[in-house]
Amino acid sequence: MPDFNVRSDSVNVEQIMEQIRARIREKRGVDYTEQQLREMAAVKLEKFLDPRGVRSDLLEQFKRRQPPAAPSFTFDDTTIYETHRGVLRFIRRLLNPILKLLFNPNPIIHALHTQANLNAVLEKRRLEIDALYYEVIHNLVFEMTRLGIDTKNVKMRVESIASRLEFNERRARALESVVAYRASSEGESERETRDEPAPAPRPQPSARPQHNQGGWTPSASSSPAAGAGPGAASDPVPSTAATPAGQPPPGAGQPGTEGPGQRSRRRRRRRGRRGGAPAVAVMGAMGPGQPSASTDSTQETIADGPQPADTHAEASPATSDEPARAPESTGPGTDTDPQ
Amino acid sequence: MKLAVVVQRYGQAMSGGAELHARYVAEHLARHAEVEVLTTCATDYVTWRNELAPGVERVNNVSVRRFRVTHERDPRLFGKRSARVFEEAHSLADELSWLDAEGPASPALIAHLRKHFTSYDYCLFFSYRYYHAYHGARAAAPRAILVPTAERDAAMGLAMFTPVLRGVRALMYNSHEERAMIHAASGNQDVPGIIVGIGSDVPQNPQSARFRQKFGIRDAFAIYVGRIDENKGCQELFDFFQGYLRDTPGRLSLVLVGQPLLPVPSHPRIRHLGFLDDADKFDAMAAADVLIMPSYFESLSMVALEAWALGRPVLANGRCDVLKGQCIRSNAGLYYETYGEFIESLAAIERNRWLSSALGRNGRQFFRDHYDWPVIERKYLEMFDRLSKESPAAARTIAPLPGWFARRRRDLPPASQVLAGLPLTRERA
Repeated sequence: MPDFNVRSDSVNVEQIMEQIRARIREKRGVDYTEQQLREMAAVKLEKFLDPRGVRSDLLEQFKRRQPPAAPSFTFDDTTIYETHRGVLRFIRRLLNPILKLLFNPNPIIHALHTQANLNAVLEKRRLEIDALYYEVIHNLVFEMTRLGIDTKNVKMRVESIASRLEFNERRARALESVVAYRASSEGESERETRDEPAPAPRPQPSARPQHNQGGWTPSASSSPAAGAGPGAASDPVPSTAATPAGQPPPGAGQPGTEGPGQRSRRRRRRRGRRGGAPAVAVMGAMGPGQPSASTDSTQETIADGPQPADTHAEASPATSDEPARAPESTGPGTDTDPQ
Repeated sequence: MKLAVVVQRYGQAMSGGAELHARYVAEHLARHAEVEVLTTCATDYVTWRNELAPGVERVNNVSVRRFRVTHERDPRLFGKRSARVFEEAHSLADELSWLDAEGPASPALIAHLRKHFTSYDYCLFFSYRYYHAYHGARAAAPRAILVPTAERDAAMGLAMFTPVLRGVRALMYNSHEERAMIHAASGNQDVPGIIVGIGSDVPQNPQSARFRQKFGIRDAFAIYVGRIDENKGCQELFDFFQGYLRDTPGRLSLVLVGQPLLPVPSHPRIRHLGFLDDADKFDAMAAADVLIMPSYFESLSMVALEAWALGRPVLANGRCDVLKGQCIRSNAGLYYETYGEFIESLAAIERNRWLSSALGRNGRQFFRDHYDWPVIERKYLEMFDRLSKESPAAARTIAPLPGWFARRRRDLPPASQVLAGLPLTRERA
């Protein structure tokens, strides 16, 4: 958690404390636990709501509007005659009939008694309402605080999601560029691995050979190697006709599968081809429509493909159901291969 | 050179505070001068009851002369007089009666000083706020050097101390904050003063493994050393630390060392070990990950210095300006003023090993530079040398007390009000 930027031996405590305070400020919106919120709610409004820090003077106005407590008094039938002096009380009681002779004080006593009761009831009710107002204001402030916290949380989440989205976009762009780079660099490396000046153009999907009764019937326009080599014109098997239908051309869509062993194997084959008899002479003539899996061109093309296909072609050329693949370019001895 | 060290209590059993400070200084200065300690027979700072025999004895090869205290402290009377001088407009006579109620009142000690102060080259008075320092400095003003050990409490606002702070020969401060506060309160900038502090005899090779084995503590822990008292901020420490355990995934425990004057919370990760001797205490501090100092009022925290000497970081209460200033000057401790800062700072020290060790390294260096005993002794000796070169005309005098009527004029403001007016100053070293 504490990722402080203290990387040198000279620790600056004030700087660290600033970072700590900044972290606290950042976390304040998200760090309130339910317990803390409850504590905040339990705090008296005066403490919770700092009138100086709040824009509205809600609390002050509320306090200002509080009327002073009404003077409460009790009034009954003896109140007007009461005194702490016993003699005086006796004289008043003695002369009370004379007073009643002059006027009747009972209605006044009754009215004042009722008024005193009313005052008490009203005061009680006012206090209850004030308490309710107080609670409403308190809850209002509390809820506003919580809303503020929630808003801050939401803002932080939006920021977090936005940064994640941006990161993902960058990542996607980076991945796309890597794929494009690898596809192009694969062709480059393939060219470099061959000891040939330039690769022959790959067969187009439209130039794929037609599969006809187990044999291959090359189309006239599908021979990119026509005229490429010295004996190309007399080559009975078009070089591009070896790609089976339904299979992608070797090398296409399978980047980077050529290993160092394949390269040396290809060289060995070339050496054998130059120095030895043609494979057909060794293995004998094969049937028509039976592609020779041991031809140099076939081997070379297979070598461009994935390793399992290569091994399969080498291991059982005669039994393979799959037709041998045509070489991309005609080698020196292709013109002598019988078909 | 002959020195007198005047302090309210003295002895090996007095742990902590100005008394320990005085003992350390006396014992170390005894290597350079003849030192005699003048003190009372009291051992309890609450009652000042006479518990030791008066007369001369030797404590760690230092001569100690004890004098009787005339009366014990009456807490009710002291509280009443404190309320008067701290909270109300009052007179100088009120302040003097407060000082008498605070104690330890020992007129015999003052009389001895008045009679014999010329036999000492210098008299070092510890703790400005007690009876012995106030009256003793007046009695031996031409030789008086004050070690105020002042905290930011209301006593600093009492008017009676101003003449003493202005009139002594020199002051040996504990911290920059203390000096700034005393300057602001008394305006004694022209009095020679130096920030000295106090050293500590920290062992070279504390055995943290021994402590862990002895007390069966295996996990990482924070330590508090000192009196477990609300006045020391321990209640707040308990609240904050329990919150830390509740709200964070921290793995620290809290180990408390010291006498409890406050109930220690029952929690599996809060452990109270009671009072430990020095060896165990230093072992414990060496084994701790951090020392927590929750006190609000300190003139100099010896425990913090000891933790720094042992290469341990400190987490201090930032509301104590002295501790905060020390943390900042040393770059060896963090501080907190709120609960949030407490848990963040503690978590930072716990989880960031690099930070913790860097703070500890800085603390060790800070202690060596400023609080190692050779440094402390040199500062005292340099001050003595400086004062010996002063011309007699430059010697200050303490203004005499005003007359009977003037002393009873109630025109002094409440001390707490005066204290509130003193600026909170933090100076860089």
